[in-house]
Amino acid sequence: MKEKVKKALEKVLQFSHAQQTEVLIYYSSSQVTRFANNTIHQNVAEENVNVSVRVIEDKRIGHASSNNLKDKSLKEVVEKATQNAKFAPRDPHFYSLPQKEIPRDDIVTFFPETAASSPEKKANDIEKIIKLALKEKLIASGAYRTITSVLGVANSLGIKSIQDFTKVSLNLVIMSDTSSGFSSFVGENISLLDGKKLAQSAIKKALESKKPIKIEPGQYDVILEPDAVSNMLAFLAYAGLGALSVQEGRSFLCGKFGQKIMNENITIWDDGLAPETLKLPFDFEGVPKKKIVLIEKGIAKRVVYDSYTAHKEKIKSTGHALPYPNSVGPLPLNLFMKEGEASLEEMIASTDKGLLITRFHYTNLENPTLTILTGMTRDGTFLIEKGKVTKGVKNLRFTQSILEAFSNVKMISKERSLKENMTGVAFVPALKIKNFNFSGTTQF
Amino acid sequence: MRSLIQLALDNASFYGTSYADIRIVNEKTESISVRNGRIEEISYHLNQGFGIRILYNGSWGFASSFRLEKKEIERITKLAIKIAKASSRLKREDITLPHQEAYQDTYRSQYLINPFSVPIEKKLEILLAADSQMRKGSKKIKLTQSQIQSLSKKQIFANTEGSLIEQEIIACGGGIAATAVDGFEVQRRSYPNSFGGNYSTQGFEFVQSLKLEENAERIAQEAEALLKAPECPTIKTTVILDSSQMALQIHESIGHPTELDRVLGMEASFAGTSFVTLDKIGNFQYASEIVNITADATLKGGMGSFGYDDEGVKAQKVEIIKNGLLLNCLSSRETASVIGGKSNGTARADGWNRIPIVRMTNINLEPGDARLEEIISDTKEGLYLETNKSWSIDDKRLNFQFAMEMAREIKNGKLGRIYKNANYTGITPQFWCSCDAIANKKDWQLWGVLNCGKGEPEQVMEVGHGTPPARFRNVQVGLRK
Repeated sequence: MKEKVKKALEKVLQFSHAQQTEVLIYYSSSQVTRFANNTIHQNVAEENVNVSVRVIEDKRIGHASSNNLKDKSLKEVVEKATQNAKFAPRDPHFYSLPQKEIPRDDIVTFFPETAASSPEKKANDIEKIIKLALKEKLIASGAYRTITSVLGVANSLGIKSIQDFTKVSLNLVIMSDTSSGFSSFVGENISLLDGKKLAQSAIKKALESKKPIKIEPGQYDVILEPDAVSNMLAFLAYAGLGALSVQEGRSFLCGKFGQKIMNENITIWDDGLAPETLKLPFDFEGVPKKKIVLIEKGIAKRVVYDSYTAHKEKIKSTGHALPYPNSVGPLPLNLFMKEGEASLEEMIASTDKGLLITRFHYTNLENPTLTILTGMTRDGTFLIEKGKVTKGVKNLRFTQSILEAFSNVKMISKERSLKENMTGVAFVPALKIKNFNFSGTTQF
Repeated sequence: MRSLIQLALDNASFYGTSYADIRIVNEKTESISVRNGRIEEISYHLNQGFGIRILYNGSWGFASSFRLEKKEIERITKLAIKIAKASSRLKREDITLPHQEAYQDTYRSQYLINPFSVPIEKKLEILLAADSQMRKGSKKIKLTQSQIQSLSKKQIFANTEGSLIEQEIIACGGGIAATAVDGFEVQRRSYPNSFGGNYSTQGFEFVQSLKLEENAERIAQEAEALLKAPECPTIKTTVILDSSQMALQIHESIGHPTELDRVLGMEASFAGTSFVTLDKIGNFQYASEIVNITADATLKGGMGSFGYDDEGVKAQKVEIIKNGLLLNCLSSRETASVIGGKSNGTARADGWNRIPIVRMTNINLEPGDARLEEIISDTKEGLYLETNKSWSIDDKRLNFQFAMEMAREIKNGKLGRIYKNANYTGITPQFWCSCDAIANKKDWQLWGVLNCGKGEPEQVMEVGHGTPPARFRNVQVGLRK
């Protein structure tokens, strides 16, 4: 498929007579097997492509897209984008599409064993998980997904970036009548997925949180496992680690560069090339990704850029464009947080009274500038007393500033793991945070 | 096209499936948006493909492709069967579908002006005028956004039971938002609703009726006024929710929890389950006696309106809550069969490449007796909450918390000063049981929402909510530390 995408990229550029033209093609073949109530209930496969064309005439920008690779359709998309550009008033802030840069060609993002995964293999793996759950009289549910894809971006200034990818993910929720436990995996290579280990982890949480007690809302010391940390980090990025939010004065970083905005034990960066992440050698404008340190030892350093926001400040794109068009601007999609030295056990042992939290559910920013986030705990919330996990607790609602939470980080785990979040992925440790604010409770 | 459909269904039957359907979908979207006086997007998107769903050996298989060709139809049919075979290895019992009448029919949504026939210049004119008015409205406005979107969906559905249904749905809408900034204080006002505005399965006459330009200066001034407004107090009080927030309140705390697939645990690994259990249907006081909720896919202009759902079941109006009592859940053919009933026609798919799952249609609160002004006059103390800013609810849909763009004090029956950063929280049935006043038909408004997410792979669905403002007692408002 990579060759077909490559040819289509070339054809679109040939078909266009505009001053500047950009074409982005994303092809994917995916399979998702969902299970619930210890049975497979939804099982789907999809093959799709998206051809997205942006043309520029005298700073007038037009866009069109379709899901067809045939020549006739490619020509129509170019014509429609060109026609749309004619209607657009000139954008004085648009300088140019990115100039030619060549991304690294030694980044391996395609694993044949993932691409070869079949519905039968998924059913086999799920069967083993369900058997483990049934042994404990528990109910298993989850989603097991594989995707094979090709991303190609080319423009009339010489950008030509193309790469094939594989991705595998498994999310698992194991339930008893009064509790639940969660575990998850995401990666490029299916052979690294250990279904048994995931099942055991979720089963343990479901068993240990049975008959949870209700605790009052208030401030507690918490230990957030990587899924919860990844969730918070994604919202922090969304709230202001991209250049557009800074340029529009909405980011929590406005006026804070060079200042300490969180605890000095926190360092956050984005790196699309690191082996621990779902690697992405270039962004959706085809620009090679650069490693960008966003927060260093608690100090606000910089944000990420696409070509539009970079030109505005007369600098180069950092390779963090999202697909055009979007209203979000550039974003860091491959986040990292620096590890600490503690084990999870040591973090628990050091806590006199607190909560161990597996993950958050339905989080949302109430105030992006103050980074106030609200959400619920879910699938494994535990009370820690005198250095030990003693019982499950009913889920709680938190309403908490992320910056404040990251200013109160007392311990960081040595072990990190890759977790999906609403914008991309994050390779993060567990965090022990003091005085985390819970504003409400629920009934389970 | 018909020959491809027949090929898929014949092939599925030949390989021994007990049921098969095919949907061929052709969608087009035109998006135009303006940001701070410049064009953010003039975009046109075409999306076409087909999906084949089959029931084989008592289990589902589904496969889909963008290549609408004979060979691909054959390949995808075989793949769907292969997938169903894999599913059936782990089945507990055979999936059965209740009897369903077969239809050969055509449905088209009604409109006066096809939004795709309106020139882009005309749409830009509306947006640029609104944008200019917002920026004129206040010097503190740092971000202005306005958008108009037009949608068209043509679908052919056919199944092995003899249905052949063609549908064409046209929709459009838009909205504006102004963000004021002063130091670290950021406040936003949106019109007619946040997160994109309002949408309807009407023609461009709907966009014209929104009067975006006429409301632009006002919302900019309100955003600026919020910068200096006092923080909303933390208090238990009476709240009156405006119609747009009522739409979201209904969506999150009645629509989703009454989806039968959630009730049956089928969404447990992603969006979650529901506090509603099967024994509650017909026996649970969900809300106060004045609350009547319907699911109405026949409502003119609703984003959840259609002729037939994506399983070929005819659009219906169903009572979900009557006099506060839970009567029905939203159901598909498969989920309805689990409780021994018939589908109420709410199985919907986000395009050709997704399976139909239980979705909201237009989930509406039936009007009450009084005008909004009368309800405010009748309120000694409380808050009038306008326009959603963010939403969150637990995975059984009990504990919710919504942040609002603006709160207005109500004192002795009159609206007073404004507050910023308001939010409110509650537990679903307690909250709905505290509803003691619902505005009447004159204040009833239909809202179209484009961003309802559910399922894996995720499906984003357009749904509708018709509702007037309503009053709730003893509600926790404000951030609690």
